[in-house]
Amino acid sequence: MTEMTQSLPQGVAKPKTKTLSEAVFAWLLIGPAMLFIAVIVAWPLAETIRLSFMEAGLGGEEYVGLANYQDLVESRKFRDTIVRTFYWMFLSVALKLVLGLIGATLLNAAVPGRGLFRVLVMPPWIIPMAIGMIGWLWLYNGYFGVLSGTMMTLGITDGPFEFLAYKQSAFYSAVVADVWVGTPMVTLFFLAAMQGVSRDLYEAAWVDGAGRWYRFRRITIPQIMPVIVSMSLLSAIFTFNSFEIIWILTEGGPRGATTTLIVDTYKTAIGNFKFGEGSARAVIIVILLGVFSLLYLNVLKFVNRKYGTK
Amino acid sequence: MMDKYTKLQLVGIYAAVTVFLIFILLPFFEMFMASLRPLEHLFRSPYQFWSDDFSFQAYSDMWETVPLLGRYIFNSVFIATAVTLLTMIFVVPAAYAYARLDFPFKNGSLAIFLGVNMFTGAVLLIPLYRVLRSIGLLNTYWAMIIPGVAFLIPTGIWLLRSYLEKIPRELEEAAFVDGASRLYTLRRVVLPLATPGLIVVGTAVFIGAYAQQFLFAITFNQQRELQPLPAGLFEFIGYQDVTWNQMMAAALTGILPVMVIFLFLQKYLVAGLTAGAVKE
Repeated sequence: MTEMTQSLPQGVAKPKTKTLSEAVFAWLLIGPAMLFIAVIVAWPLAETIRLSFMEAGLGGEEYVGLANYQDLVESRKFRDTIVRTFYWMFLSVALKLVLGLIGATLLNAAVPGRGLFRVLVMPPWIIPMAIGMIGWLWLYNGYFGVLSGTMMTLGITDGPFEFLAYKQSAFYSAVVADVWVGTPMVTLFFLAAMQGVSRDLYEAAWVDGAGRWYRFRRITIPQIMPVIVSMSLLSAIFTFNSFEIIWILTEGGPRGATTTLIVDTYKTAIGNFKFGEGSARAVIIVILLGVFSLLYLNVLKFVNRKYGTK
Repeated sequence: MMDKYTKLQLVGIYAAVTVFLIFILLPFFEMFMASLRPLEHLFRSPYQFWSDDFSFQAYSDMWETVPLLGRYIFNSVFIATAVTLLTMIFVVPAAYAYARLDFPFKNGSLAIFLGVNMFTGAVLLIPLYRVLRSIGLLNTYWAMIIPGVAFLIPTGIWLLRSYLEKIPRELEEAAFVDGASRLYTLRRVVLPLATPGLIVVGTAVFIGAYAQQFLFAITFNQQRELQPLPAGLFEFIGYQDVTWNQMMAAALTGILPVMVIFLFLQKYLVAGLTAGAVKE
């Protein structure tokens, strides 16, 4: 305790009544939130791990060791699901980042009306995903959706095209819907980062005759690099875990074409009451996300060092 | 000057912004158009971009097709409000501790909180389902409120912490010098100063709580009267036919509450939500 107080900067006033030490007071403040998280998140997580070694259903449970995992490792279908999940994640995150960068650059341009544009970009972020997906269900409908309608009018397809009925088109349609949900957040974070870049840098470059593209590449991008990296991590986690979008559009179909790990887990555990097998899948998700995040945090550290922020 | 654009560049920027906004707003526009079309004309072939008989009929019919619609909207707002209040009770003290105090395991515990963001509910649904069932909370409002709170606490702490850090310390120090206790200072000095931040974070939590209801509702609640709107909307998909136009009308009505709140507070919200992106 004495070490702590000594390490604090000199001259900071402390409360005079010595009833509570700083550490005790702090933990009293954090305690309730920590306890709540422990009960609702940490404990179920531990329980998920326990259940993954069980054959568990609505009836009872029985210890089966690694059998659930073994089934998964041997299953070709499951391997396909993992590959699909990562493909889904990389494709969707890449699109979100590119669109977010373009969007933020546009909204950052000093043109009249940009305040309005910024407001109009936000709706997909703030409304319930389930409701946004109802809109996309409609858009993707072959008979009355405007996409199929436009294609028919232009003569690209002869008849109605059901976007969600074919394996390929369903997958990419779900990606587009996911990008739609995620792009506003990415855009607005990039925009905030861009607006935080010192104007002096741009003016100095401008005086030296640097063009817009050069300034974008050499000033904007490096300056907002830490935000780009942390946003890509956040979006990757969100996209990996994205459930509602796929569930509402396709429920993982047609024939498994849009079944990602999270959808597979939900179907197994909640749909078929195979709690043990579902838990094994959930544990694999946690491990994959954990490894992925650690990798990313190291990249972030490296980027921060390279671009000189803390 | 540096920010000046040529005419051509301006046209280019506006054209690109338009394309971008079309992508973002197309689903809303389509939902609105669909809500105006009479049901039998939705299936017209060949496809028509424009109908000659648009009407707002669906907006009044929808209350009869799904009699509980009003209840669903109420449930959504009620659950989101309860989640927000509970979340803030947990978040305010914790955020203050992280913003101001020094204590052992500070960074570690913050990392734990933020780590929660990595798990969406879907991973934890199985044991949560069993927990809620064993304590008899399945099929109650609590089944949707409690998980909602847990997943919003981390974000709330993160947002409010960065806000509190911007409040000058001198005022608290002055209170300490006058002999005030920590708790008194928190209540009487810090919280009043933080009111704008509390409103922004509270609104962000509310929007989050309003948005995240679907998964918990379809998994933990079978009771129709308690269902929030995102889950209740799927009732328009009936056995006989789908009243699409009314479903769209109901969906748009359902996002009205958040849109109104958002429009009023959007300036502060954007600044508050993206605070972490700007270097101090």
